[in-house]
Amino acid sequence: MEHLISLFVRSIFVDNMIFAFFLGMCSYLAVSKSVKTALGLGVAVTFVLLITVPVDYLLQVYVLGPDCLVEGVDLSFLSFILFIAVIAGIVQLVEMVVERFSPSLYAALGIFLPLIAVNCAIMGASLFMQQRITMPETNSQAITGVWDSVAYALGSGIGWLLAITCLAAIREKMAYTDVPRPLQGLGITFITVGLMAMAFMCFSGLNL
Amino acid sequence: MALLSKANQEALVGPLNLNNPVVVQVLGICSALAVTAQLEPAIVMGLSVTIITAFSNLIISLIRNSIPNRIRIIVQLVVVAALVTIVSQVLKAFAYDVSVQLSVYVGLIITNCILMGRLEAFAMMNKPWPSFLDGIGNGIGYAIILVIVGFVRELLGSGTLFGFQVVPDWCYEHGYMNNGMMTMPAMSLIIVGCVIWAHRAYNKELQ
Repeated sequence: MEHLISLFVRSIFVDNMIFAFFLGMCSYLAVSKSVKTALGLGVAVTFVLLITVPVDYLLQVYVLGPDCLVEGVDLSFLSFILFIAVIAGIVQLVEMVVERFSPSLYAALGIFLPLIAVNCAIMGASLFMQQRITMPETNSQAITGVWDSVAYALGSGIGWLLAITCLAAIREKMAYTDVPRPLQGLGITFITVGLMAMAFMCFSGLNL
Repeated sequence: MALLSKANQEALVGPLNLNNPVVVQVLGICSALAVTAQLEPAIVMGLSVTIITAFSNLIISLIRNSIPNRIRIIVQLVVVAALVTIVSQVLKAFAYDVSVQLSVYVGLIITNCILMGRLEAFAMMNKPWPSFLDGIGNGIGYAIILVIVGFVRELLGSGTLFGFQVVPDWCYEHGYMNNGMMTMPAMSLIIVGCVIWAHRAYNKELQ
């Protein structure tokens, strides 16, 4: 239980998807113009992460790992193709479910829902999970069971949600400031994210 | 010359400067920031992306007329994932140290927006040869930014280039210090911000 909480908190603050690994940067920069859409995308990303990472975990442990299907065969080199297929499939499924049961949310998310399939944060979380399976159990980053992978996915998603909402709030205020012309828009956004990442670095000693 | 007509030249050279994938189109930022603490992984990453973009553009362009429109994203992802798997295995076999340094970012080339962006915007509508050139151009445009950021970060952060020391010892004896901030991920964002600033200040039409 302690390990679960530690993993969850660490993946929100210390191993933050945006500020520590720069995953999901493209949509992070493109969609962070207003808090409302940013929040919607953050929730969608968290939701997709929460489904895909445990599914990929089970695939990795019971299908792809050494000696899983056939004795003496290690299929882990196929993980890229399998993971991306799972992600694309689940995004499609989520899209259909949301469209059927909540048309208003579907309209609010619009094009960003299908684009989650190519969001690096989703694929990145699966690949980091794959790396962390091999870590020793004493390591606070290790993922040793399916519940660990759920905690990791939820933490990463909430960390991403936090980051995009913060940036959107800052950008809404920044619209009224006097920025040098060549730096306007993209340039100043990068520098803002850099400063936010530095602020998040102070969590790096955090240990539960 | 049919090989490099005007339109083809544009496809090859445009992405190097005015249509640069990183600083103008804002694609493929994730990996551009994460692998640039040193110059060597930055160059390997740039090369890998160039090769993968060029060949995935070529393959998708060859089969573009037979892909059903509804499932095109999945088809594109599968082609890209197959190419990335090949590159990742080659890196593991011939440049193991670099592939350890790049860690998950090799796999993340699949979700690199440059690839999907170019496949959707160019390869689905153009013939194989221009698509191939467009892929090479965009890959090199991406690699240039990686090399600039990697150069600044390695020089100021650890005083080395490609792992060789370039800041002479007498500088350290007179009190010069490496800027540890530069090796932190946060600084790469600020450096890319500054590159964008310089690029837009120079190219007035982009402002």
